[in-house]
Amino acid sequence: MPQKAPSVIDRYYTRWYKTDMKGKPCEDHCILQHSNRICVITLAESHPILQDGRTIKNITYQISDGCSRLKNKVSGKSKRGGQFLTEFAPLCRITCTDDVEYTVFSCIRGRLLEVNEAILKRPSLLLEKPSTEGYIAVILPKFEESKSITEGLLTRAQYEEVVSKRTNHQPDLC
Amino acid sequence: MIPLKDKDKPIIRKLLDAGCCARCILRFCCVAVQSAYRLSYEDICRELSAFVRDSEKEQTHDVTIQTQKDDPPQKKLKLENSQAGEHDTSAAATVTAECGRDTAGASVCVVCLGVLQDFCNHGFAKKVAEAVKAENYEIESLVLSVSLPAQLSVREHSCWLHIKKEVREKSMCLGKDDVIQVKEAFKWTLQTMVSKELRVPVLANSPFEVAVGFTHAETDADCHFLATTCSDCFKPTKNKLSVFTRMAVVKALEKISDDKFCRNFPCPPTKPSTECSPQDITCLHGSVFVAGRYNKFSRELPQTPWVIDGERRMEGSVEELIAAPLLSSFRAEGFNFSSSGREDVDVRTLGNGRPFAMELLNPHRSQFTKAEIRQLQEAINQSSDKIRVRDLQIVTREAMSRMKEGEEEKTKSYSALIWTQRSIEKKDLEFIENIKELTIDQKTPLRVLHRRPLAVRQRVIHSMSASLLDCHHFTLRLRTQAGTYIKEFVHGDFGRTKPNLCDLMQTETDILELDVESVDVDWPPAVPE
Repeated sequence: MPQKAPSVIDRYYTRWYKTDMKGKPCEDHCILQHSNRICVITLAESHPILQDGRTIKNITYQISDGCSRLKNKVSGKSKRGGQFLTEFAPLCRITCTDDVEYTVFSCIRGRLLEVNEAILKRPSLLLEKPSTEGYIAVILPKFEESKSITEGLLTRAQYEEVVSKRTNHQPDLC
Repeated sequence: MIPLKDKDKPIIRKLLDAGCCARCILRFCCVAVQSAYRLSYEDICRELSAFVRDSEKEQTHDVTIQTQKDDPPQKKLKLENSQAGEHDTSAAATVTAECGRDTAGASVCVVCLGVLQDFCNHGFAKKVAEAVKAENYEIESLVLSVSLPAQLSVREHSCWLHIKKEVREKSMCLGKDDVIQVKEAFKWTLQTMVSKELRVPVLANSPFEVAVGFTHAETDADCHFLATTCSDCFKPTKNKLSVFTRMAVVKALEKISDDKFCRNFPCPPTKPSTECSPQDITCLHGSVFVAGRYNKFSRELPQTPWVIDGERRMEGSVEELIAAPLLSSFRAEGFNFSSSGREDVDVRTLGNGRPFAMELLNPHRSQFTKAEIRQLQEAINQSSDKIRVRDLQIVTREAMSRMKEGEEEKTKSYSALIWTQRSIEKKDLEFIENIKELTIDQKTPLRVLHRRPLAVRQRVIHSMSASLLDCHHFTLRLRTQAGTYIKEFVHGDFGRTKPNLCDLMQTETDILELDVESVDVDWPPAVPE
């Protein structure tokens, strides 16, 4: 009988990371890129929100007065009408019960396909299953940029190295 | 033999003057008897001349109908009445006589540009037949199609205006539509000859079409004045070489007033110095459709060739394995494969298999006995152990729609190997059998989202059953509405399919193997062994 082999993410996705997003220590993002170029943006397991004992007070996709990611609508095969995002475009803001607010960013250029409305109803999903049901958004990079968008990102190995150096040298930053 | 009436005489005379050929004269006399056109050109001329002579004994006419440009002079038919030598004073007759005798170029018809002269004989029919034979088709019937230069319609219109008065005098109820078209007259003549050469009957709806085309560069500019007089009929389109398509020209001619036409184009048309050039003769046999059901036993065989960035990802495919023996037996030029849904590369299709149909393009052979089709099925099955085909049969194009109809409404049965994170026992699976008609909401799976619209689709899982394999594995059997994404129902696709098996089992679940057990579409019909 086959053993539990690679997970769905292992089988179909490549994990990419952006650490210390916008210079904020440990605000690490994970980008899951499917072999069909679609990307799922999630929090990396080292993100401060996911550290022991934190709880979420509020999640909002209203990133400014005039812009809500919830208003994003795509139509047709070509996904017309989706908001186009750059690396530093905010996706959502998450406030923990200790009133610290975090912003989750796109990390890659591409068209926003959908945001995860399930985490609005159940913020605990984000804590329990950050890399699957607790995802933040789905982004479709341009066809011609599907390779280049990951150039500024870290591989899983590089990410693990960054995280292990942190715990060894700067334990109090996170 | 040729049914001509007294009132045809002025028409015939006027057309002869204008430089019309004998078959075009028959056309404008609205002679609808096909056999009349099949007479040899010389015989038609002879009959026409006899007809004019008989009836106009008291008048003096000297009319010559030229047969063909290169005909020796003795073949020319001279129409002389009993009082030969007496000079005729009628202006029309004089013109006829002069044109007929002196101008060699006059022998190419001003209307058909030679199509009903030099290309309506056994010589050209033989050429067409040879071209067909060279392609080695096995045919039961044929139909001829002909493509004529657009300016022929302009010349036809000009000639019609020229003799309209006389035709109206013959009968008030005759109009331009009653004139036999060049195309018809040509087909009536040549089709029969080609049919005799190839020893197959002509059939209006024959799947085998022989196409003959003509061009005439000398008179291409004939249409051009229409672009200024009826500019709205000639809109440039991307994939047309010229705006002067036959359809556009015909439409413009329907709109233009007689006066305007006559101001812009000579009535009757000017005499050409060359005849039409025949284009390549092309043959096309209509598609033959072969249907059946296939099994796919491999988890490394895609249904259709898997190509990414122009590079092949995997060797072979279901469609290629089925197509290869069919292409060589039907000697077809290509194929289009379609099926009732499709399975992923790593999914097997077992049971009775999945209905498919193969359109074979331009087959050079299309008649097969039931036994031959059975042998063909055997050949496909012998060629690979990755697939198996059953119920192979020739079907009609219309019957193929039955397969696509079934795609959404019908049910499909699957068998899946499931992994559970939590350790399970037999009793943990009992609840599954009690779930009936479960409606699930599936967002377009991320796996196909790059090429499908984003939507939430409701699908019904009619029933399920489970059998435990070990504490982390079980076999799940499902009967679902077609279009249900099974893999996503099992792992949840980031929670985008709700509810999913993880929700039902209250543990993480994953799908390790998937088989299609049946595709419940009752087409194509079973073929008894």
